[in-house]
Order: sequence, then structure tokens, then C-alpha cells
Amino acid sequence: MKLFASLLLCLWMPMALATGMTVPKLDIGKGGQCVEDAQWMRKNHMDLLKHQRDDTVHKGVRNTKHSLKGCIECHASTLDDSVTARADSFCVACHRYESVKIDCFECHSDKRKSAWLQRNAK
Amino acid sequence: MSAHPPMYFKNRLYYLLIAAGGLVALAGLYAVHLMEDHGHVITGMNNQVVWGIPHVFAIFMIVAASGVLNVASIGSVFGKTLYKARAPLASLLSIAMLAGGLSVLMLDLGRPDRVIVAATNTNLTSVFAWNVVLYSGMFALVAVYLWTMMERRMNRWTKPAGFAVFAWRFILTTGTGLIFAFLTARQAYGSALLPPMFIVLSFAWGLAVFHLVQTILYAWNEKVLDPAIMQRKKNLLGVFIVGSLYMVVIYHLTNLYFAQQIGFQRFILRDGGVYPQLFWWGYVVLGNILPLVLIYWPGLGRTRCIFSASLLVVLGAFALLYVFIIGGQVYPLDIFPGYEASSSFGDGQIASYTPSLHEILLGFGGLAIAFITTTVSVRVLNFMPQDKHYITD
Amino acid sequence: MSEIDLRRRSFFKTSMGAAAVAIAPGILLFDTAHGKPPAGDGKVRWGMLIDATQCREGCSDCVTACNKENGLPGGTSATAVQWIRKVEIKEVSTGRKMSLPMMCQHCEKPPCVDVCPTGASFKRHDGIVLVDRHLCIGCRYCMMACPYKARSFVHEPVTDQNPDVPRGKGTVESCTLCVHRIDNGQQPACAESCTNKAILFGDLNDPDSDIFRKIRSVASVQLRADLRLNTGIRYQGL
Repeated sequence: MKLFASLLLCLWMPMALATGMTVPKLDIGKGGQCVEDAQWMRKNHMDLLKHQRDDTVHKGVRNTKHSLKGCIECHASTLDDSVTARADSFCVACHRYESVKIDCFECHSDKRKSAWLQRNAK
Repeated sequence: MSAHPPMYFKNRLYYLLIAAGGLVALAGLYAVHLMEDHGHVITGMNNQVVWGIPHVFAIFMIVAASGVLNVASIGSVFGKTLYKARAPLASLLSIAMLAGGLSVLMLDLGRPDRVIVAATNTNLTSVFAWNVVLYSGMFALVAVYLWTMMERRMNRWTKPAGFAVFAWRFILTTGTGLIFAFLTARQAYGSALLPPMFIVLSFAWGLAVFHLVQTILYAWNEKVLDPAIMQRKKNLLGVFIVGSLYMVVIYHLTNLYFAQQIGFQRFILRDGGVYPQLFWWGYVVLGNILPLVLIYWPGLGRTRCIFSASLLVVLGAFALLYVFIIGGQVYPLDIFPGYEASSSFGDGQIASYTPSLHEILLGFGGLAIAFITTTVSVRVLNFMPQDKHYITD
Repeated sequence: MSEIDLRRRSFFKTSMGAAAVAIAPGILLFDTAHGKPPAGDGKVRWGMLIDATQCREGCSDCVTACNKENGLPGGTSATAVQWIRKVEIKEVSTGRKMSLPMMCQHCEKPPCVDVCPTGASFKRHDGIVLVDRHLCIGCRYCMMACPYKARSFVHEPVTDQNPDVPRGKGTVESCTLCVHRIDNGQQPACAESCTNKAILFGDLNDPDSDIFRKIRSVASVQLRADLRLNTGIRYQGL
């Protein structure tokens, strides 16, 4: 009985705090129509990233619909052309809220390709 | 004359030792943190010498971890009683050093956060992938072996467990030698002699470490080791030292026979600066000749001599591994035989390598992990060899 | 021990054994089920023929182009990443000098692929040897194994990568034969930029390609051919 009560007490506090929270404010960059439905993307983008990348790296399948570069092209902020530069950048906002570390941008450029090309004129 | 009983100081000393070991381990972890943050550029390793001091420490610990089990095997597999009593301590040392060595290896990775990837994605042709299985299996097997020895009801399983451990560690040390033996690209490696050489080296290094720990343990507990037992152990060490020196000599001799290898041999044995010096003075003289004198010279060969001999063997081991691992990498690849090559990437040039503090801290951190594991375990559990009065057989 | 207990025990053992036998093949087929990449139809094999006689000492256009294309900083210190380098060689007995570019040789039997513990170092179906940096743990074993010193370890944090060429600290990398360009139908940057047209790139298996015809008419060698790795890069004029 005491255990149940203390458990309830422990859970009450974060729940009370959470009810006040809203979905994090997100800079979706150019926005518009995503290649997939937003809710589908929220649930499945990690699968795309994990399995699509193996297809791309190992088989050379460069599917522009689901490529990381394609995502960044639309979703990089219009202010700084990046998906990770600020706390409300497209990738950072939700991931920071959910406390899930993302490893992608150790290697992948977080910048829109068109912006990178402009700066490093070929 | 103080009012405190001797045990009081021993207790204090114990906690001091643990604290000291903990500090060294923490320093090592801090070095790893810096390496992760800033990249390996802060170490002395570069694109020419890709494996440095951490690997010297790690490979010593892993090879010695396998070799220290010899003491146990001679007991469980070959049935010699005086070794049976020492099997638990040997098994503990094996686990401790394996843990230390593997920690150093895993923390030196470019992406240590990806150890899970290493465990779940395996390329079956890679010795490193085999090693993931071999090393984790080793931990499990030695733990089971210890359990069969310490749990009285399981004592009848000690012999089969001992056999399993014996076979497993041979495969494991062969694997360690194969890491280098499979590298046909480099003149220092790519030799079928390396796995057997590593096995014999493991015998010598493992026994030396065992001697060191046993002597300290006996001194701490104010016990005296039966001189007859000491005699047997020291002769064994002598045999192993001779054996390992033989393997190293044969390795270099066969290399000297091949014209294409002479350049490398000249470098490592004569012209290479610090490398020949470490080899001759560090390994041959300090690590082999001096210990052999201490063991076999009439009039010498008592506890203090054996302790010193074991310590010298360990130091010689580090010298040999430094020459083998790092000396083998600084010598340039022979891509254009008959030509002198030069480039912006070090072709044709002897590479330079200076150990950095971070690498040294990491290496000692691994030793500290092994030290703490051993010290806490011998305090908490009964690892002291229980000898019955020894009857020569 | 009663009769019933004995039978129960042996029943338990047998069913465990049967279960293990039933599951074991499934575990072995796990990899197949999860789809290893196909071995490749072997139709295309990319390679290069480098004419060392056309290569000038002091010229490093290919190196500059590679650095620019792949976003490499271009340093030459001991820890700097170099995917391609100019090597100046001088024959000891005759004194004859030559200059040539060296990069990953894209072997048919790459030692780096054999030794990689995670399978990060792999050979693509069209012969290009790559590092899958998602799998690379940075152990540097491939660097020890490479007979051509082709690989570099990224010693420092990387910023401002080319979006086409992801690369990061703690992994190993080497010449990708500009795979991102090849997949787009273009040539590798080094081949395109060589002013002396010393680097000929093409499909070694295509009878209509220039490289196919040229390697059958002029003398060319593979470096360290005695290792029998069957490299995709050949050198003419050595």
C-alpha cells in the first residue's frame, strides 16, 4: 500500500509538469508538402534513415524521394540554411525534447546543398 | 611503537592502494574523454603509426592474461598439485588483465560509442571479429572455471573446465598473433611464426606477472613460500624465457635470410635509433639475459631475485611490444621495390612517433583497472594458494 | 528419484534439444533473411589507367581537385587526411625518375575488407572499395592491412562537409573513386582535372570503353602485383 502510494507520488510530478508542455516550437525551413505524411514521418523517419542509408551506401541507390539531402534541402532553416544550428532547428528541436541523441551530423553536412555550393563555388 | 595493531595500517594501506588505483584509472578515463572530444590529433598516433602506446599496453595485458592461466592449466590439465592450489589466483589475474587490456583497446577506438556496432556486425574473415567472441567467451569460461574451483560441490567439474580454458586460450593467443600474421602488406608482420611466438611469449609474461602478484600477496599476508615450490616456479620461468627468446631470434633470423626483408631488419636491429636500442637493451638484455642470470646463477635465485627477474621480464615485454608494434609501423611500405620513393604522405620515409601523455595515461588506466580488480578480489574472496606440505614428486 | 520424475526430466531435456535444433538453422539464416547486399552481377568494374610518363613532377592538379571535390582540408601533416598523393620515385640502380599519383587501388581482393571487424570496409558490386562510415568504429586495422597506405584516419572534428561526401571524426576513409559522381554518370575529379590527361577512367569490363582497349594494347602494371590483389588501378610507363 505504501509502495503504491509512493509510486503514484513519483509519477504524479512529471505528469503534472508534462501537461503544461506543448510540442516544441520547430523551424520547418521551407515547409510545404513533405514527401510523406507528417505523422508517418514522425513514426518512420528513423527506419528510412537506417535502411535507406544501407541501400545507398552499399548498392548505390540514390533515391531522391527519401534521401537525407532531400530532407535537408526543404527542412533546413531559411535563416541559416541548417537543420541543427539553433535550438529550434528542424532536427534539434524535437530530438532535444525527446532526449534522443542524433549521430548523423558528426559526418553528414547539416547545410542545404544549394547553399553549400554557393559558398564553395565549384 | 604505536598503539595501533599492525592490521590497522594494513587496512589503511589497502584503501590507499584502491584510491591510488582509482585515481590512475580516472586519469585514463579523462584522457579518453579528451581524445573523444578533440580527436586523436592530440595523441602521438598519426596516419603512419596508427597503433601506439595504448596498443602496447593492451596487447601486453591480453597476452599475459592468457599466459597466466598456464599456472592453472598445469594444475587442472596436467594434474600437478602445487599448481592446482594456484589456479584460482591465476584465473583471477587472467580476468583482471583481460578486462584492463580490453578497456584500453575499446577506449582507443575512433568511435568508442560504437562498441555495440562492433558486437552486432561481424565480418567473419576479420580476426578482430573473432576476437570479440574469443575474448568475451574467455571471460565467461574463466568465470565458470573459477566457480568450479571455489564451489566445493562443483569441484568435480574443474578438470573439464580447465581443459576448456586451456584450449580456448590457445585459440585466443593464436588469434592475437594472427592479427599481425595476416598483414602481408607490412614487412614487420605477415609471418606464420607470429602466432606460436605469441603463445610462447604469453607463457613467459603470464608467469612473470603471476610471480609478482604471488610474492606481494605472500608478503602482505606475512606468509613464506616453500622454497621447493619457489624452485619449481623459478625454473619454469627460466624455461619460458629461453623459449620466448628462441622464438624472437628465429623470427628475426628467418627475416634476415630474405633479401627483400634486409632493409627492414637493418632498421629494426641496427640503424633505427630508439628501436634497436629498445630491442637490444630493453628486451634482450634487461628482459631476457638479466632475468636468466638472476634465476640460474648459483648463489642467486631466491625470492628477491625472482621478483626482480619477473619485473624485468615485464619491462622487457613492453620494450619488445614497442619495437614490434610501433617499430613495425614506422618502417615504410615497400610499394616500389628497387625505387626510392617520397611523397606528402610519408612514402619511403621512416615515420616519426612520439608517445603523448594521453596515450600513456590510457595505458596506465588499463593497468589500474586490472590492479583494482585484483586487489579488491583478493581481499574479498579467498585466492591465497592453500599449499599442503609439499612432497617432491 | 521416482519413475515419474525421471521421465519428466528426460522429456524436458529432449524438448529443449528439439527446440534448439529447430531454432538453430533459423539463427544461421538470420543474415540471409536480413538481406546481405547482392554479390553483384559483375557486369561493371570501374578502374583507372594512369600514364606515369605524362605525369609531371611538381604538378598536383589531381590532388587539388580531389581535395576540393571531397571537402578535404588539404593539409600534409602526419595526421592530415590524404585520399590521393603524388609520389616521386627514383630507380636506385639507374637514377631514372618518375612521378605518379597514388590513391586507393580498389583491389578485387581487398585486404582492408578482409580485416574490418564490422564489415564497414566493403567492396561494392561495381568494384569500388568504400568505407561505410555508419559501421566504422575507428579501429584502424584496415590502415594496418592496406599495402598501399591508401587509408587515412580522421584525427580531428570535421565541419562544413560537402553534402555529397559525408565524413567525420573517428572514422577511416580513403579514395571513393568519387562514387557520388560516378553514380551520376560523371568522372572522378582527379581524372577530369588532369591537364596532361594522364588518368583514364572507365569500365574495365566494357569492350567499348577506352580503358578496356588501352590496357590491351599498352604495357601496364598493377602496383605490388605479387600480392595478387588484382587492383582496379593500373600504371603505364613504370
